[in-house]
Amino acid sequence: MKAPQRVPLLTARGITKAFGPVTVLRDVGFDLRRGEVHSLMGENGAGKSTLLKILGGIHRADEGEILLGETPVAIPDPRAAQRHGIALIHQEPLTFPDLDVAENIFLGHDRNASFFSLINWRRRYAEARALLDSLGVKLDPRAKVFGLSIADQQMVEMAGALSQKAEVLLMDEPTASLTPDEVRQLFAIVRRLRDQGTAIVFISHRLEEVFEISDRITVLRDGRHVATRERSETRVDEVIRLMVGRPLSSFYEKSAVKPGKPLLEVRQLARRDRFQGIDLEVRAGEIVGMAGLVGAGRTDVARALFGIAPATGGEIVVEGRAVTIRSPADAIRLGIALVPEDRQQHGLLPPFSIAQNISAASLGQLFPNSWIQPKRETAAAETFRTQLKIVSRDARQETRELSGGNQQKVVLAKWLQTDPTLLILDEPTRGIDIGAKQEVHHLMNELSKQGKGILLISSDLPEILGMSDRIIVLCEGRVTGRFSRAEATPEIIMAAATGHKEAAR
Amino acid sequence: MTTKTPDSPVSVRHAGRLLARYPEAVTFLILILAFVISANLSPYFLDLPYLFDSTSLYMEIGILALAMTLVIITGNIDLSVASGLALVAAIAAILHVNLGVPMILVIPAALLTGCLLGLFNGLLVTRLKLPSLTVTLGTLALYRGIAQILMGDHSVSGFPSWFLGMDAITVGGIIPLPLILFGILAVAVGLLLHKTVFGRHVFAIGTNEAAARYSGMPVDRVKLIVFILSGLAMGIGGLLMISRLGVARYDFAMGNELAVITAVVLGGVHIFGGRGRIIGVVLALFVIGFLREGMGVADISPQSQLVVIGGLLLFSVALGNWMRKFQ
Amino acid sequence: MAEKLLRFRELGIVAFTLVLIGVAALVEPRFIEWENLRNILRYIPLIVVVAMGQMMVIVSRNIDLSVGSTLGFSAIVVGNLFIQYPDLPLWAAALVATLIGAGLGAFNGLLVAWLNIPAIIATLGTLSIYRGLVFLISGGRQVDPNHIPTGLIQLSQTSPFGIPWLVIFAAGVALATFLFLRFVQTGREIYAIGSNPGAAALRGIAVRKNTFLVFTVCGALAGIAGLMFASRFGYVNPSDTGVGFELVVISAVIIGGTNVFGGSGTVAGTLTGCLLLGVIYVGLAVLGISAFWQLAIYGLAILLAVTFDTLIQRRLGKTKDGSDML
Repeated sequence: MKAPQRVPLLTARGITKAFGPVTVLRDVGFDLRRGEVHSLMGENGAGKSTLLKILGGIHRADEGEILLGETPVAIPDPRAAQRHGIALIHQEPLTFPDLDVAENIFLGHDRNASFFSLINWRRRYAEARALLDSLGVKLDPRAKVFGLSIADQQMVEMAGALSQKAEVLLMDEPTASLTPDEVRQLFAIVRRLRDQGTAIVFISHRLEEVFEISDRITVLRDGRHVATRERSETRVDEVIRLMVGRPLSSFYEKSAVKPGKPLLEVRQLARRDRFQGIDLEVRAGEIVGMAGLVGAGRTDVARALFGIAPATGGEIVVEGRAVTIRSPADAIRLGIALVPEDRQQHGLLPPFSIAQNISAASLGQLFPNSWIQPKRETAAAETFRTQLKIVSRDARQETRELSGGNQQKVVLAKWLQTDPTLLILDEPTRGIDIGAKQEVHHLMNELSKQGKGILLISSDLPEILGMSDRIIVLCEGRVTGRFSRAEATPEIIMAAATGHKEAAR
Repeated sequence: MTTKTPDSPVSVRHAGRLLARYPEAVTFLILILAFVISANLSPYFLDLPYLFDSTSLYMEIGILALAMTLVIITGNIDLSVASGLALVAAIAAILHVNLGVPMILVIPAALLTGCLLGLFNGLLVTRLKLPSLTVTLGTLALYRGIAQILMGDHSVSGFPSWFLGMDAITVGGIIPLPLILFGILAVAVGLLLHKTVFGRHVFAIGTNEAAARYSGMPVDRVKLIVFILSGLAMGIGGLLMISRLGVARYDFAMGNELAVITAVVLGGVHIFGGRGRIIGVVLALFVIGFLREGMGVADISPQSQLVVIGGLLLFSVALGNWMRKFQ
Repeated sequence: MAEKLLRFRELGIVAFTLVLIGVAALVEPRFIEWENLRNILRYIPLIVVVAMGQMMVIVSRNIDLSVGSTLGFSAIVVGNLFIQYPDLPLWAAALVATLIGAGLGAFNGLLVAWLNIPAIIATLGTLSIYRGLVFLISGGRQVDPNHIPTGLIQLSQTSPFGIPWLVIFAAGVALATFLFLRFVQTGREIYAIGSNPGAAALRGIAVRKNTFLVFTVCGALAGIAGLMFASRFGYVNPSDTGVGFELVVISAVIIGGTNVFGGSGTVAGTLTGCLLLGVIYVGLAVLGISAFWQLAIYGLAILLAVTFDTLIQRRLGKTKDGSDML
């Protein structure tokens, strides 16, 4: 064997992975050295998490190979990953709330455990204690995991990884829900493990964190490997440029529309610990972009405005009238529409036909006497099918058979059918192909020309920059930046979104 | 049920996909099979008046199954239907026989009681967000238990003669009244489910409750109504059973929740909600009815028939799971 | 806080049981006579043995509605064996009962773990299949008391140190369950599966194998309970033995604080649940209240326990929905 620094501990080559019609990784290469922290960076949907899950045995790559040292290995399931000394720490900790800390550390991880092996509790607690001590964590091994903070649960998972003597630690956005103090503590542990020779892959959206902890940084964009840099040889602005990548092409252009009267005014909107003090205004013909990282509270604001998880404080004024929105039905009555972020979970009724999906939010308007008239339903759907160019056999085709982009158009059509005055679009182009994306942008322009207001939530920076008249940026549930179209650049938005203070002002 | 085993996996997949789309076709095949088997077991089975007459024996189950179809399509379940039926019968008996309330008033009171029993289930499910499975397992015991407290082990008789023997009244000298009633209700529920906005809500909730909520549908109200309809079916079934048997007993329809759920699932309704058609449930009801009747005339005891009914339930769920793999 | 509330829950049930005994004793002083207490002691072991199996099934996020029929099945088979072979040794009868129960339980496990039929539906089906088979096997005929060997009857009557053998056996089963769930790797995995099935699978825990195992064990315990029934009541009747017993057992388990959505449940809690039901059973009889109240009380108990547990969990911010149970 050669010197460990020469041969990487783990190498992935030509990794390709598609989910249905969407290819999320294309021919990605990646290598990991012993004793380094290697960060994966990229916008949402760049394929970071998928790559991690392939290495951790949760997904299987369609093509490509993974080598440990110089030996190719197969990682068909999480158990195989464990056997190869690879541990995956999920964004949401995979813990058993009813069981205690020690059990959460060891269950399923003990490679020698057989069906009937006995548990020596005293030893188990002692070993758990030792592992937690080695991490410098003050947790009682006998405490139930139920009720522990996310940070503590992560420590439990880290201890579990240690118990397997994992050489490779994959961490998917471990800091997403941690406080700054907790992040500091986590990083201390990560450094200690690195110094002991563990190889760590780290995903975070927060640039500062990445630059603080990483030895190397790999940037992915649209499922492709863009660059790998030594941290010492790169800078924040270069990484942002690599992530944002493509030039802002013309099809992101918002047509100039003279803003009309205010459609929506929001003052000091708050919901418990989700977001506070949100001020916001959307005028007729205007597109307001809401930028921020995943978990910054953008979707929570949208859900509050739509009555799914109503606001607990603040004021909402719709077309000059103060209103309370307690349910989606309330919001629809006020002319508000929400195209949700999670199309499969919240937007679509997959086994329903196109026509049935399009009518779903306006059944009362379409059929005032409660009697379904399939002809009227189909006719309404046909209009949108041609107008939005929904590629399909006919309006009776089931929506689960459509591609992501066409599914999204069906969801959009569902809301256009309600004839809203204000549309909230939460990640309207995520996971759909370029052509469909362009059509969605075209539609947004059309709608604003008709005098509708749009609140656009997007993690796609070029989209936000190209399509918005104004942009507000959220970070940790608060507004951290407001920019006009002229002021906004990718760098200052990213900076405000990551709470990078110097760059923000 | 694929009668021939196609040798190439492609044709298996094709058949599977087709059946997944029209699960009622399977039910229909089984119905014919049940009919042929029963006819072979006994010559009496094919006697038309007898055949029609025998349907009265399972029309209560049929009415409960119609409402259960709605409940299951929303993604819930109501295990308390048979117990609720017995409780309605008990309360009707107390009202009329013990308290002397005229039967003409007892009928609406019994229907209302049924609705209240359904409302109770529905409120626990929608307000407290308890799983319908556990709630109705509890009320399965509770409703039957209250019926038992009210009546003990007695057969309470003393209902007016005009109310009794509804199954002996026939239309055209051959079709008994309960069958007519079931037919009307089946058409009504079929229209409600397949032709109205309410029915659309029922399907949407069972398909994707979150998406239904995000589309502004009144999810909780629809679920509540569906449970109340299930209660109404208990009311109708309880009265029908009194009329047919001439007495009320606490052990009315004991264990029949099984037959009800079997009819629904065998009829092609997806046990996890979102899919199903009333026509399939009607067909499945007659499968069960014919089988019971056929086994009855062949002197197979009702208890032994449980093996067939239970087996049919498992078979139909397993078959449904298998077919959905092809989607 | 969770721990405190849950401890409060178990203590609450014990306290409630004591209050019940106290009230019963005030109204009818005969209640606390030794004979009645022995009566309670003879009824409870039956519940305890099956409840231990049911508890494990529920901990794994499943349910077994077929235990009453399984019990009836093994009782009728063993009863008929006694008719044909009056000299059948008791150990052989016990072995047969256990194996029959295990077989029926394994069939449930197969349906749930490999055919992906929801446990509630699968066992609702086998509830009636097994009961139907009881009739087919027995031809509907009861096994009369004169066929039940005196040796078997004596097990529930003779008692070393004044404690009936059945009680000792049930205590043994409870102890074994406790040891299994506490000290055997597989026992802990059952909790893990019920607590977070997704995580269990991702961690490489054999979810199917373990599910199969708990159903088999639950069936085996229901099988042996069939023999205990014959011992306790002295006859086996196909339309009576074990009918509705699943409700008694499930009530005991749920009252005992086992979470219906899986993941938590203790032997001690289940024992308190069984104790409470036993006291209610004998109490109703002694107080001259009709036994017809029993079923309603069980139903109410299930609803109260589930509501209480759900509300506590919601208060604690633990959101775990049971939708995948169906």
